[in-house]
Amino acid sequence: MFSAFYDALYLNFVKDDRWHYLTNGLKVTLIVTLFSALMGVVLGFVVAIIRSTYENTGRMKIANKLCGLYLTVIRGTPVVVQLMIIYFVIFASVRIDKTLTAIIAFGINSGAYQAEIFRSGINSVPKGQFEAGRSLGFNYGQTMVHIIMPQAFRVVVPTLCNEYITLLKETSVAGYIALEDLTKGGDIIRSRTYSAFLPLIAVALIYLIMVLALTKLVSVLERRLSRGTRR
Amino acid sequence: MAQEDRAQGDVLIRVEHLVKQFDGHIVLNDISTEIDRGDVVCVIGPSGSGKSTFLRCLNRLETPDGGHIYVYDDVDGDIRHGIDICDKTTDIDTHRQRMGMVFQQFNLFPHMTIMKNLTIAPMKLQKKTQEEAESYASELLSRVGLSDRASSYPGELSGGQQQRIAIVRALCMRPQIMLFDEPTSALDPEMVGEVLSVMKDLAEEKMTMVVVTHEMGFAREVANRVMFLDGGDFVEEGEPETFFSHPKSDRLKNFLGKVL
Ligand SMILES: Nc1ncnc2c1ncn2[C@@H]1O[C@H](COP(=O)(O)OP(=O)(O)OP(=O)(O)O)[C@@H](O)[C@H]1O
Ligand SMILES: [Mg+2]
Repeated sequence: MFSAFYDALYLNFVKDDRWHYLTNGLKVTLIVTLFSALMGVVLGFVVAIIRSTYENTGRMKIANKLCGLYLTVIRGTPVVVQLMIIYFVIFASVRIDKTLTAIIAFGINSGAYQAEIFRSGINSVPKGQFEAGRSLGFNYGQTMVHIIMPQAFRVVVPTLCNEYITLLKETSVAGYIALEDLTKGGDIIRSRTYSAFLPLIAVALIYLIMVLALTKLVSVLERRLSRGTRR
Repeated sequence: MAQEDRAQGDVLIRVEHLVKQFDGHIVLNDISTEIDRGDVVCVIGPSGSGKSTFLRCLNRLETPDGGHIYVYDDVDGDIRHGIDICDKTTDIDTHRQRMGMVFQQFNLFPHMTIMKNLTIAPMKLQKKTQEEAESYASELLSRVGLSDRASSYPGELSGGQQQRIAIVRALCMRPQIMLFDEPTSALDPEMVGEVLSVMKDLAEEKMTMVVVTHEMGFAREVANRVMFLDGGDFVEEGEPETFFSHPKSDRLKNFLGKVL
């Protein structure tokens, strides 16, 4: 009984160094998650600033329209479809690196969600804070930077981290463009060994451990941030 | 170039034909008045009559739909040049630096210590060094009896303390006029006195003040002019004694009958 289990372990992970599929896949998953999160943060931040500047001052009308379109399209379609369109349609003639393609696709996708998180953070700061800043003589930008953003940031961090956790799991569809991420790695082992159980459970476990670790990190961060200021 | 106007004497702000509406609903209907240096003007009136709107037009937190608000800033002999803050080309941020505002809800910055609340604007906007800003802030803090709270956060203070800090925050910019919008209305009754007493001290130091308030006792004692806003315009104004004891218009009589 035990020896059957060991045989299965050996077959799926040790033989032909098959565990490399998991470790290399994990590396790809982490790279894609990290860089698309970063790209999304920049994109989301810019979009949120444009949107709330328009809401507060009426400036940047056209940019705001474009942002609105971006949010509608990205949040209204599945990420897998976006990924495939970017790979098979937009970059069809220029075969660029698959990892880079995935980073761009997930970055654009995550940017839309992060934009809404940033914007809700900005909107969560009471209007009186904005007026107090302006009444002291701060201009719009200074009020945003010194008074609104620091408060919005505290509100946003936990939600933002949850978005990264979601993103980590969502990158698992990268296999659709044949990118060998963690999920695809497990799937390759399955196709070689014709046993689905161990490789897929191993993949699931690795995701679970990462998600739990990140969740823990978020709660520590949350406690840190709520210290100091009390309303 | 902002529109200019000239004035002699002590006038600090001249409001001419001010109109403000919200979605077609006219709140301020052709208001004209003057505020002199050293004036303590109390604005009273029924709820929704536009007292806050009037006050907020003075530093353009609300954008007027018509009229002019001249601020006579630079002293040039006896003649001072007024700058119309309703003019879109006027740099309103510079003007606001010299117009302190105190809100009903205090609006202190909750993520900063009290000292940071007091020094951020002078340091960022008037390029004061941290030492300069802190020493002036400490001086004002001790005058309102809150020296020991410099390193606290606003959330750790009572309403009355927060409002006193809010007054000090505005004063740290060394404004030439202070605008108060019902500064005691959000306070528990036992804390009203401590805030009014700070404002009274300020009036005694000849600070120019425009105070929207429901505190008739304060208006009577501290103001040199009380103005009654109703139906979109100042219906009646005068020095407190006659204003309260011998109101002329029926609307003011009616209003005083309800609140006194
Ligand atoms: N931002 C706004 N949008 C639409 N209507 C507004 C706005 N601000 C004020 N109003 C309206 O303008 C009128 C005057 O409001 P304002 O706040 O100036 O009155 P107030 O005299 O300060 O009243 P209160 O004593 O209740 O503070 C009210 O009818 C109010 O509903
Ligand atoms: Mg009001």
